[in-house]
Amino acid sequence: MSDTAQIEIPQGPAIKAKLGKDDWIMRSFIGIIVIYLIIALAFPLYAMLSKAFSTFHYDLTQFEFQVSNEEGKFDGSIFSASRLNDEVSAYAPEELVTGSGGRLAATKFFPDYSFRSPVLYKVRGTSDDAVFVVGSERKVGTEWREADSNLFRKVVFLPVKSSGFGNFTRYFSTPSLVRSIQNSLVISAVSTIITVTLAFGFAYSLNRSCMRFKGIFRLIAMIPILVPSLLPGIALVYLFGNQGILKAVMMGESIYGPYGIIAGSVFFTFPHAMLIITTALAISDARLYEAAVSLRASRWKTFWTVTIPGARYGLISAAFVVFNLVITDFGLPKVIGGQFNMLAVDIYKQVIGQQNFEMGAVVSVVLLVPAMLAFTMDRMVQRKQVALLSARSVVYEPKPNNRFDWGCLAYCSLVAVFILGILGICQYAALIKFWPYDLSLSLKNYAFDLMDGGGWAAYRNSIKLALLTAFFGTIVVFIGAYMVEKTQGFKVGRGIFQFLAMLPMAIPGMVLGLAYIFFFNNPANPLYFIYGTMAILVLCTVTHFYTVSHLTAVTALKQMDNEFESVASSLKQPFYKLFARVTVPVCLPAILDISIYLFVNAMTTVSAVVFLYSTNTALASIAVLNMDDAGDIAPAAAMGMMIFYTNVVARLVHTAVSRGVLQRTQKWRAR
Amino acid sequence: MSSAEIDQSTFLEIDGVWKAFGDFFALKDIGLEVHEGEFVCFLGPSGCGKTTLLRAIAGLDLQTRGSIKQAGKDISNLPAAERDFGIVFQSYALFPNLTIEKNIAFGLENTGVAKAAINSRVAELLELVGLPDQGKKYPAQLSGGQQQRIALARAIATEPGLLLLDEPLSALDAKVRVSLRHEIKELQRKLGVTTVMVTHDQEEGLSMADRIVVMNHGVIEQIGTPIEVYRDPSSLFVADFIGEMNKIRARGTDKKDRVKIGKKEVTCLPHEFAKDETVIAAIRPEDIIPHGKGARSPGARDTIANPENCLEVVISDMEFLGSYWNAILKGSELDGGELHANFSMNAVRRMDLEVGKKIEVELSANRLKVFATAQEPDG
Repeated sequence: MSDTAQIEIPQGPAIKAKLGKDDWIMRSFIGIIVIYLIIALAFPLYAMLSKAFSTFHYDLTQFEFQVSNEEGKFDGSIFSASRLNDEVSAYAPEELVTGSGGRLAATKFFPDYSFRSPVLYKVRGTSDDAVFVVGSERKVGTEWREADSNLFRKVVFLPVKSSGFGNFTRYFSTPSLVRSIQNSLVISAVSTIITVTLAFGFAYSLNRSCMRFKGIFRLIAMIPILVPSLLPGIALVYLFGNQGILKAVMMGESIYGPYGIIAGSVFFTFPHAMLIITTALAISDARLYEAAVSLRASRWKTFWTVTIPGARYGLISAAFVVFNLVITDFGLPKVIGGQFNMLAVDIYKQVIGQQNFEMGAVVSVVLLVPAMLAFTMDRMVQRKQVALLSARSVVYEPKPNNRFDWGCLAYCSLVAVFILGILGICQYAALIKFWPYDLSLSLKNYAFDLMDGGGWAAYRNSIKLALLTAFFGTIVVFIGAYMVEKTQGFKVGRGIFQFLAMLPMAIPGMVLGLAYIFFFNNPANPLYFIYGTMAILVLCTVTHFYTVSHLTAVTALKQMDNEFESVASSLKQPFYKLFARVTVPVCLPAILDISIYLFVNAMTTVSAVVFLYSTNTALASIAVLNMDDAGDIAPAAAMGMMIFYTNVVARLVHTAVSRGVLQRTQKWRAR
Repeated sequence: MSSAEIDQSTFLEIDGVWKAFGDFFALKDIGLEVHEGEFVCFLGPSGCGKTTLLRAIAGLDLQTRGSIKQAGKDISNLPAAERDFGIVFQSYALFPNLTIEKNIAFGLENTGVAKAAINSRVAELLELVGLPDQGKKYPAQLSGGQQQRIALARAIATEPGLLLLDEPLSALDAKVRVSLRHEIKELQRKLGVTTVMVTHDQEEGLSMADRIVVMNHGVIEQIGTPIEVYRDPSSLFVADFIGEMNKIRARGTDKKDRVKIGKKEVTCLPHEFAKDETVIAAIRPEDIIPHGKGARSPGARDTIANPENCLEVVISDMEFLGSYWNAILKGSELDGGELHANFSMNAVRRMDLEVGKKIEVELSANRLKVFATAQEPDG
């Protein structure tokens, strides 16, 4: 009313809620999970970023020498290392830039140095933070240290640390490294186009035709999820490699390089794209098609004016997801990339091959940019798709059309042959005595204990990791999602949590693994003790696959009536009673889905854990990588297939358990 | 139950309550008292703040300013679990995986009540809401109306001092809604529990509540019994929102009980408007009385109370609504506007009313209320 509209809200603070017991418990839980994510994600990433921006150089003005005569007498004259360098040009300026592990030999400042000479040397720093090593002793400060010629060999200077863009400047002035950016972008783009096109055809056949065997095709399309991404690489080597059965098809081109990477990428990203597009096609409104028919639009025209626009968000989303998977994948280009460098492999090469951690961090930052972009775009598009979902629509029912249905069947069969062929060749190769010379069957490739890579222990470790990840991950993820969905107020805590929960999806596995090295492999860190144990592998894997699990849990929780909590509190029942008696039982299908997702991914993941495993915690997927690296390709294929069979068993168990649990606890679903 | 029978002790006291969402105020300086055992209804269009107020009373969404006292105790900032109320939502909010019995028993567990006592209480409640044999079923196996009754049973199981109903009938079919609103009212009377219900359906409010709180844009427009609110609306908004109302553009005269419609001065309820001030004269369709041959039952005299309030009109359309006819009237004295009038079946038959017929109608002077034009609701 006009006369009350002018009244002003009274001054003073807003009413503050008195927090009940439930509020305190829930907030503590959010706090704990936020701390978990900060330790498992934010701190390591910060450590990595600061590493990328840490530069090291030798400051020669920090060091001074005295040199004796042949009798071992010093005349008191002092030479600065920088002056000596100017005189004898021992080190070029670019040689003075180094990494954290850099060491500079002192002998080079003295061209006439000989380790047999009786000359004595004295060395000291000019400031308190100058550091050098004499023999195996680390020396700091301005006190003179004496060394005979023999010991002087072992006098080295340590670099000083400063921060800046130096590493990036070096990165971008190294052509071999920069070329990887272009390589990665091109490979990812090409793979994306191929995969999305193929997956669209497949999803379209499943959704819009009346072809037979839809269920089987759907199962086959999901197979690549169950194997490590490097397995198609191994299969391609057997098919098109130097001794491949179909080498002739390559017409002189090598499979090692872009062709192999693209073919393998299409294989392992196919199910992801197919799932997203299927969802998008499934929500299309049948009424639009009825309208198109009534307007006498041709099938072709309907396809372009109704089908494609309706599925556009799904297509775009699938494209970004595939792009992200390919650009961040490490296993496949490592196995089949040959000399063709990709960003994810560069990180590995810099860190493991050259021990250049700063450069590894720089490549990680470079890789983060496209990954973050693709992730952000995907989130934006998905939000729009959700808006479409909520609209009321009528489900499209395809009508039989002989020619079309047979076409779809032929197409899907082709894709199925590709997928099954990749797996089949791996299994075949694993059972062959000595490819391609002795094709008799044997189990010798399964004698993993006779090879490098960890043996059967690695396989057992993988199962252990997968079980632990599924168990702890599901608990953490589901409780976290519940707290963030159902807590009142506490906006700051929930905001931080939500951001951190979405972040892992944007972080490539290689980057996360490297970040873990920087953060946990530091004796000053109170959590140093978990470095090299199974615990850090579990922590890293849960974090790596946090986002999708979190979203699954949130989706399930959003379907629960928001007023359940209100009713429970009005009945003076604690939230944890509601949680245990209603929320968990109702969400059990989603909870089981999360655990199988975590299990399967823990079995197949390579990228994050490749930096973190130790001899005691070698994993099956890493063993595939290492055996392949060592030339034991058949055992690598055998181990890869072991992962596949394990995941198949896990899925079967999951299905059986889900059915059983559903029958026992979800009676209420039946009307 | 008429308001006279109600125990007048104040049970719920709401004072100076504001609710801010950023710059937007969903509640502005709300003050209200609810008596013990009373059935109060918050009525208003969507977005008027009625649900916000209910949630503040429940402690589910705290108000920004102001105090709420229940049974003499200041509960302004208490969490829901420390307040004393039972609540029923539009969505029923029954736990889908628990049987009906377990749903009702949910609030009784862990309160030191013996299992046998819980079971007999559950049976008693099922009896009370008329679903004695349904205890073993799951919510999805019941109809909407049955589910809402179970939700009600669950809410009153712990014998709360206050029962809150948030649009409890809105998700139900029209038929079920009418029967359930009767049952809820009956149950409330039997238990004597103080009840606050939120609804946007004026019929629900009129038929169930002892007192209605009409709300709009975060303020209370009027508080009163259903009859007061209907008969004597304090603003054009209330008049318009509850029941049907004819609004006629008019002007003030020098007499405070007269108003000018077109060129005609008619008698109305006393008002405070100045001469020639533009106003709205409002009258309900049932207060437009037809005159002429056959207008009254045979034998009754067709008296005109205020001849100056009579208008010559033409019936431009007629709509049959079952128990009466809604006639749309036009006339030169109406300034181009039109009136809706409700004529009984009998009157229509006796007077032989049909579209195009010219008749004389009287605007009942003691029902013709004048409002300022500025009060016209902007929604």
